[in-house]
Amino acid sequence: MKPRWENLAFATAAVFVALAFTSLVLVTAGASPFEAYWYMLKGSLGSWAKISDVLVAWVPLLLATAGLLITFAAGLWNIGVEGQIVLGGIFTTWVLRLLQDSTLSPAFILILAITAGALGGALWAALAGLLKVFGGVNEIFGGLGLDFVAVALTLWLIFGPWKRPGIGSMSGTEPFPPQLWLPTLPGSRLSLWSLLIGVVSIAIVYFLLSGTYFGLKLKAVGKNPRAAYLLGIPTTRYLMMAFVLSGLFAGLAGAVQVTAVYHRLIPAISSGYGWLGLMVSMLINFQPAWAAPVTFFFAALNIGSIQLPIVLKLDSSLSGVLQGALVLSFLLMGGVRQRWLKKHQQEASDE
Amino acid sequence: MEIELRHIHKYFGPVHANDDITLTIPSGSIQGLLGENGAGKSTLMKILSGYLRPDAGEIRINGSPIEMHSPADAIRFGIGMLHQDPMDFPPMRVLDNFMVGYPEGLLLPREEARQALLDLSAQFGFSLDPDAYVESLTVGERQQLEIVRLLWLGAQVLIFDEPTTGISAQQKEKLFAALHRLADEGKTIIFVTHKLEEVELLCDQVAVLRAGKLVGEARPPYDLDALVEMMFGKVVTKGARVSAPLGKPVLQIKNLAVESHRLRIEGVNLEVREGEVIGLAGMEGSGQRQLLRACAGLIRPVEGEIWVDGHNLTGKSYHDFMRHGVAYVPAARLEEGLVPNLTLLEHMILADEQRGLIIDRQAALQLTKERIETFNIRGRPHSPIESLSGGNQQRALLALLRPGLRLLLMEHPTRGLDMESAIWVWQTLKRRCREERTAIFFMSSDLEEILHYSDRILVFFSGQVSEPIPATETDIEHLGQLIGGRGFNTPEEATP
Amino acid sequence: MSSHELLIGLAGVLVAAAPIVFATIGETFTERSGIINLSVNGTILLAAMASFAVAVNTQSIVLGFLMGMAVGAIVALLVAFSSIALKQSQVAVGFVLTLMTRDLAYFLGNPYMGLQGPRVQNTPIPILSDIPVIGPLFFSHDPLTYFSFILIGLAWWWMFRTRPGLTLQAIGERPEAAYARGAAVNKLRYLYTALGGALVGLAGPTYSLSVKAGWKGTISGLDGIGWIALALTIFGGWDPVRGAIGAYFFALLQWLGLVLQPYLPNVPSQVLQVAPFPLMILTLLLVNIGNAEWVDRTLAGLPPDARRFIQRVLRWMQVVPPASLGVPFEEE
Repeated sequence: MKPRWENLAFATAAVFVALAFTSLVLVTAGASPFEAYWYMLKGSLGSWAKISDVLVAWVPLLLATAGLLITFAAGLWNIGVEGQIVLGGIFTTWVLRLLQDSTLSPAFILILAITAGALGGALWAALAGLLKVFGGVNEIFGGLGLDFVAVALTLWLIFGPWKRPGIGSMSGTEPFPPQLWLPTLPGSRLSLWSLLIGVVSIAIVYFLLSGTYFGLKLKAVGKNPRAAYLLGIPTTRYLMMAFVLSGLFAGLAGAVQVTAVYHRLIPAISSGYGWLGLMVSMLINFQPAWAAPVTFFFAALNIGSIQLPIVLKLDSSLSGVLQGALVLSFLLMGGVRQRWLKKHQQEASDE
Repeated sequence: MEIELRHIHKYFGPVHANDDITLTIPSGSIQGLLGENGAGKSTLMKILSGYLRPDAGEIRINGSPIEMHSPADAIRFGIGMLHQDPMDFPPMRVLDNFMVGYPEGLLLPREEARQALLDLSAQFGFSLDPDAYVESLTVGERQQLEIVRLLWLGAQVLIFDEPTTGISAQQKEKLFAALHRLADEGKTIIFVTHKLEEVELLCDQVAVLRAGKLVGEARPPYDLDALVEMMFGKVVTKGARVSAPLGKPVLQIKNLAVESHRLRIEGVNLEVREGEVIGLAGMEGSGQRQLLRACAGLIRPVEGEIWVDGHNLTGKSYHDFMRHGVAYVPAARLEEGLVPNLTLLEHMILADEQRGLIIDRQAALQLTKERIETFNIRGRPHSPIESLSGGNQQRALLALLRPGLRLLLMEHPTRGLDMESAIWVWQTLKRRCREERTAIFFMSSDLEEILHYSDRILVFFSGQVSEPIPATETDIEHLGQLIGGRGFNTPEEATP
Repeated sequence: MSSHELLIGLAGVLVAAAPIVFATIGETFTERSGIINLSVNGTILLAAMASFAVAVNTQSIVLGFLMGMAVGAIVALLVAFSSIALKQSQVAVGFVLTLMTRDLAYFLGNPYMGLQGPRVQNTPIPILSDIPVIGPLFFSHDPLTYFSFILIGLAWWWMFRTRPGLTLQAIGERPEAAYARGAAVNKLRYLYTALGGALVGLAGPTYSLSVKAGWKGTISGLDGIGWIALALTIFGGWDPVRGAIGAYFFALLQWLGLVLQPYLPNVPSQVLQVAPFPLMILTLLLVNIGNAEWVDRTLAGLPPDARRFIQRVLRWMQVVPPASLGVPFEEE
C-alpha cells in the first residue's frame, strides 16, 4: 500500500474507534449518540454566530498549542502551561487595571497589557524551568504544583484585592470598559486582532522549528541532551529558552482571554486550554503544520458540547471524552500500525 | 553434560549472525569459542543460554533435544551464562544480587544464601562481602559473584563471554584456576574469546567462528597461525607501530585531583605534546574516565590545574574547552555521542559552525555527502543515525569532529568494532596526529590496543595513577600486573 | 483547642489519609516494576464515581468497592499494555487517560450528583478502642482505615522480605538482568500494574463511600489527590512505608490548614488550601537536587570539609528512582 493511503486508512480507523468508544459512553448514559453528535455539530458549525464562537475559542487554544510544540521539541512535558495561561491573564488584568484611568490611548494600553500577559506567562514558565534545570524537579510535577498555585493566586485576587465593589464573587473582577476591549467584528465576539495574533504565532513556531538552527538544536536537546551538550549545544540555556518561549505564547493566550473574550479576570481564565493544547500536540504528533486545523476541530467540539446540557441534559464534559478518545485512539493505533509494519517487514525479508 | 548444537541459524533482519553451526561440546572440559568481534560468538551463546531463540536448528543435552523459550528454561536445564557486562543489579547489595532468580520459596532464604555465598567464595579463593553494594565492586569481583551464584543454582554448563576484558592479571589467574577446577569437577565450560593466548592457556579444544560460520576446530597443541587464518580468513596485521613526531605541549596537568562518587584520583602530573598518543590502562572504574572527563572540563577537579595550549582552563566548562580545540568522544555512541532519530545530515549541520539563523540545507547536504565519502560511512544523509551499524556510527562520530583539533579525548575508541573498522579508526586518528598535530588521550580495556597505539601509558589502580610509561618499555604481562595493583603503594598486597 | 478535639482531629487525619495511602502504595508497586502510571488522578475520580453509581444502584457497598478497584486496574492495565505491547510512551498515554477518565467521571456521573448512597460504617474494635488516647486514635475506625494500616506493613513485608518482592525490585532496576535470571519481566509488569491500579482504584470508593460520601462532580475535592500520590511516591523513595508517612504528613497539613484558618483571618483561605502543593515542590526539590550537575561542579570548588559535609547531607536526602522506570523492555 502506498504510504499516503496507509496514513489515511489508519487515521480513519483511529477516528472510527474513538467515535465508537464515545458512542458507547453515550449509550451507557442513556443518550442517543446520533442526537448528541448532531447537536454538537449544530452548536458549533450551525450558524455564522456559532462559527465565530468557535474561532473565539480557537485562538487561545492555538496559542497554547504553539507554545507547547516548542517545549515538546525540547523533550519537555510542560504541564505548567495551564498556570502560564493564568499568569498571562493576571498580568494583563493588572496592567489594564493600572492604566485604565490614565490618559494613555486605549490602543496603547491594550498593547502594553497584552505584552505584559506574554511576559507573565514567560515568567511563570521560567519558574518551572528553573525548578527543572537547577532543581532537578521533573517539569511535570513542578508545572503541576505551579498550576495549583496560579489558580489559588487568581482566587485570592478575585476575592481579595481585586474584588468587585461589594462582595467578591466567582464571576470575577469588575469588567473593563468597552474601550479596553480588543475590537471585535460587528455583531460577533470575534476579534480580528486575536485571530492575527494566533495565526502569526503558529507561523513563527513553524518557522522556528523547521528552518532554523535554533529549532534543530532544540530537537537535539530534546532527543539526547548529553549528546547535544557534547556537540557544543548549551543545553541548560536551550531548555530555559524553550520554557520561556512556551510561556510567552501561553501568556498571550491568557491575554487574549482577558482582552477579547471575558474582559475581566475570572477563576477559570485558562478554560482548560492548556490541557487541551497538550492533547492536540500529541494528536498532531508534534507537527506544527497540523496545529491550526486540529485546534479548530477541538475548539468546535468544546463549543458544540455546550448545547448538550441544554437540549439533552448531558454534561458538557463529553467533548473531553471525545477529545481524549481521539488522542488515545491515535496513540494506540500508531502502536498497532508499527507492529503490523514490523511483521510485514519480517515476512518480506524472509521471502 | 554433553552439549550438541545442530544446524543453528539466526538472523537479525538481513544479517545472518549464525549460519548453520553444528558443534559438539563434551562435558568436563573447557571449550574455546574463538572469533573476532561480530563473528557471531555472543549470538550463539545467547541462543544456548536461552536468551535468544534460534530461527532454525536444535540443541541437545546428553543426546536429547531440548527446547528453551527463555533464560529461565536454560537455568532449569543447568545452563548459565556470564555476560561480558555482568547481568547484575548495581544499586543492590551483593547478597540480594546473589538471591535474585532463586527459583523457589516465598520468603527470602537470607541465612542459607549468606552461608552458601561465603562457602562457595572460599572454595575458589574469592573474597566477596555479602553486604557491599554491587556498584562498588570491580568487574572481576562481579564476575566472581556471578560464578558462585550460577553454581548455587546448580549450573552444569557455564558460558563465559569475553571474561578477561577489564580485569587484572591477578583476577585472571584466579578465574583460570576456578575454570580448571570446575572442569575437573565435571562441569562443561565454554570460553568465548578473541584472544589466542587465552585459548592456548586454557582450552581443551577450540572452535573458530568467522562471519557467522563455524570455519574450523582444533585441539592442542595449537597452531596459532592456523587459528589466526581461520579467524580472519587472511593475514591481518595491525601494521607496525607508528609514532608521529612530537611537538610543543598541548595539555599540561599539574597536581590534579578529581573526585567522583566513590573514587578519588590525585597527584596527577602530565604533559602531553602535539602528535602524542597517551593510553590510559586499568580496570573499569579505576579512575580513567574521571581523568578524561576532567581534561575535557566535563568534571571539575577538586585540586590542581589544567592548561591547554598555555591557557589555564581549570574549572571551566566543556564548551570553553571546545573553544580551545578540545573534543570528547564518548564510548556509548548512541547514549552519549549521537542523537537518535536525527539523521546523518542533521548531525553534520549541528557539528558545523552555525551560519546565521536559517539552515542552508543544500549546502549541508553537499557537505554531508563529501564526508560520507571521505569517512567511508555506509549510510545516506537522510538515514536516521540509529540505523547505522556500530562501526559506521563510530565513523560518523569521527566525521563530526572539527578539523584542527588540539586535543582529542576518547573513551574506548574501538569498543565493539570488528578488526577492520578498528584498524581504520586508528589510521584516521594517527593521521590527525601527523597532519593536524592533534594530541590523543584515550582509555581502553584492550591492553593490546593500548600497547600498540600509545606513545606513553598511564596505569590506573584504585584511584592511583602511575607515572607515564613509554609503551616501548612494557608489555601485556607487565601491564596486566600493574592494573591489578602490583607496583602501587598499597597497604597490603593487591586484591582479588 | 481541647485535647479531646485534638485527638478527634488526629484520628480524622488517619481516616482522611487512608485513600492517599492506598493510591501511594499502589503507585509505588507499579513504579517499582518499571511502569509509570500518570492516569492516577483521573482514575481516582472515575473509580469514585463508578463505585458510587454501582453502590447506589445495587445498594451493595462491596460491589461498589469491587467496581472501584476494577476501574483502577483496567485503566492502569491500559497504560501497561500501550507500553509493553504497543511501544507507546507511558507518560503520553497516562496523561491522556488522566484527563479522559476525569471527563468520563463528570459525564457519566452527572445523574448521580447529590444523591445519597450507602456509607461504610465505623467498626470500633472492642476493648482496644477503650484504651485512652490510642483507642480513639487507632482502633475506632472503619474497616478501610484498618486496612490502610495493615497495607503498609504488608507492602513492606512483600517488597523487602519475600522472594517475589526481590524480583519486583530487580525488574524495575534492570529488566534485562532479571530476565536473564528467569523473571517473566513483562508478565510481572502487567501483574503489578494491575495490583497497583486496583489499590489506586480503591482510593475512589474510599472517598465516595466513606470519607467524602457521595458524588459531587467538579466540586468533589478529589481532583488533585492523584497527583499528590504520584509526588508522594517519589518523595517516599519508592518505599511503601516512607510513601505512607508522606501521605499522613499531607493529610495532616490539610487538616492544619482548616484548623488554623480561623486564627489567621488575614491569610486568604486559598493560600492555606493550596499550601501543600508548593510544599510538594519544595520536597521534590530537596530529594532531587543532589542529582543536578551544577551541584557537583560547585561542590568541587569548595574546601574538602564543607564539600564532604554537604555531600553527606545530600546523599541522605536523595531518592533514586528504579533505573528502568518508564523504559519498556523487549523480550526476544
